[in-house]
Amino acid sequence: MDVKKIPKFIFLGASLLSVGITLAILGFMVVLAYPIFSQGMFWDMLIQPWSPGQGLFGIGPMIVGTMSIALLAVGVSFPLCCGVACFVGVLHPRGKGKMLKGLVESMTAIPTVIYGFVGIFLLVPLVRGLFSQGSGMCILSAGMMLGVLISPTMILFFSQSFSLVPLGYLNAADALGATTAQKFFYIILPCAWKSMVSGLILSFGRAMGDTLIALMISGNAVGFPGSILDSARTLTAHIGLIIAADFDSIEFKTLFVCGICLYAMTGIGVILVRLLAGKGRG
Amino acid sequence: MKISKLKKKMGLIGTLVLLLAGVTGFCMAGELDVFAGEKGVLRISGGTAHIPVMKAVAQKIMTFNPEIQITIAGGGSGAGIKQVGEGLVDIGNSGRSATETEVTKYGLKMYKWAIDGVAAVTHPKNPVKALSTRQLQDIFSGKILSWKEVGGEDKSINVYTRDTASGTRSVFWEKALKESDITSKANVVVSNGAMKTAVNNDPYSIGYVSVGFIDEGVSPLTLDGIAPTMDAVKSGQYQVARGLFSNTKGEATGLAKKLIDYLLGPDGQAMAVEKGFIPVN
Repeated sequence: MDVKKIPKFIFLGASLLSVGITLAILGFMVVLAYPIFSQGMFWDMLIQPWSPGQGLFGIGPMIVGTMSIALLAVGVSFPLCCGVACFVGVLHPRGKGKMLKGLVESMTAIPTVIYGFVGIFLLVPLVRGLFSQGSGMCILSAGMMLGVLISPTMILFFSQSFSLVPLGYLNAADALGATTAQKFFYIILPCAWKSMVSGLILSFGRAMGDTLIALMISGNAVGFPGSILDSARTLTAHIGLIIAADFDSIEFKTLFVCGICLYAMTGIGVILVRLLAGKGRG
Repeated sequence: MKISKLKKKMGLIGTLVLLLAGVTGFCMAGELDVFAGEKGVLRISGGTAHIPVMKAVAQKIMTFNPEIQITIAGGGSGAGIKQVGEGLVDIGNSGRSATETEVTKYGLKMYKWAIDGVAAVTHPKNPVKALSTRQLQDIFSGKILSWKEVGGEDKSINVYTRDTASGTRSVFWEKALKESDITSKANVVVSNGAMKTAVNNDPYSIGYVSVGFIDEGVSPLTLDGIAPTMDAVKSGQYQVARGLFSNTKGEATGLAKKLIDYLLGPDGQAMAVEKGFIPVN
């Protein structure tokens, strides 16, 4: 066999394997959640509340909790990250910007449990004091903390995509006498938009998939949250809380439905954003 | 009486040391002796109320014989029973007795080594120090929403509860709340330690912990006129109580048996008392 083909086979094998595993996980969850589907409980579960004592195994509140916390996290950190990325990638690519970038890179190494601790002892009392309502363990606290968690991903992605803007464009803008703001809005954003979207998707997925921060500071109440100051439970935290209890109850089987929902939510999110991004360019 | 007993023991130890010093050069008398020459890893998980005593015991054993490694994890009573049943750990702790199905399914053997009360707790600065069962039920079910209604400040009550794997929760729900509902607005925390932190951090909180976890950080509530003290639990006056169990799959063997025997012996029982529990022997 031609030696040159070996790397090709290895790479093909690796990519097939990773695609295969992703699909196999979905298959695994569907198989294990089959009893739920076959009893026709699936659609009820999506809207009902969670009250195992009354035979209600709904995960509606957790879906709402997950979505609102993840969206809030992205919403909080997006403008901030845009600013930081602009500072790092456009205004000061060297010196101050490089230092800041190093700092951001080191942020990725902080374990989530540390953020959880900071959240419990600093952010939660602050939020409780500020709004003098509720326990401070709420969607707002968890969303803000997750916003911090996902910001390095966003900043690094954004600054990377900013620095990929062709230098000639920027020079041309400079020659025409454009201000920094004009350069940013008319040259950089339109050019970097597509790869910024990837950063957004990745960080949204990370915010939705994180378990520990939500488990530690969102309060984990099983009711539908009414405002961002209400305690809420995410799907991931729900899985973490129920999995400890037992192995073969209905509660346990419903966890696989939670898994499928998480899977579907990220999947749909990715597809939607990709479609939007495609249209935006077309 | 205790001191004289101790003196007697010390005397005995002293004599033994003198007797054996020349022969072995090193000697530590007492119940830990059974661990001499042992080796290996002992995995413990489950009930979080057990952890302080388990830690103290493990530390003693591991200091006596560094060849033994004991790991202790939480997870709650449900997790303890499940994990020991599935063979993931050697000892699964639970703050409730295992149900009949659990016992028959896994062939569990339960060892009860202490009795523990479960008390409703609030922030130390909260002026409310006593409640009736009815008030407690109404607070946990979300009917009473402000501390003002039970004689406190005009602030909304933040209810904290435990997850379903918790033995502390099942005992509190059954015996203090008489199986009435817990509001879906309640915050859920995952261990006795986390409950203490949460209640201690939130001035308008109410939660419940194992009596062994009560210190100046949280203030226990008198329930129907009876304070959840060790004496009241012991005499049976304070009824929100349960046994602390260590469970094994089948009869305990090897290290697990030695550890459980040690827990049930004078040393282990003294440690249980020191951590705020009531001994069984």
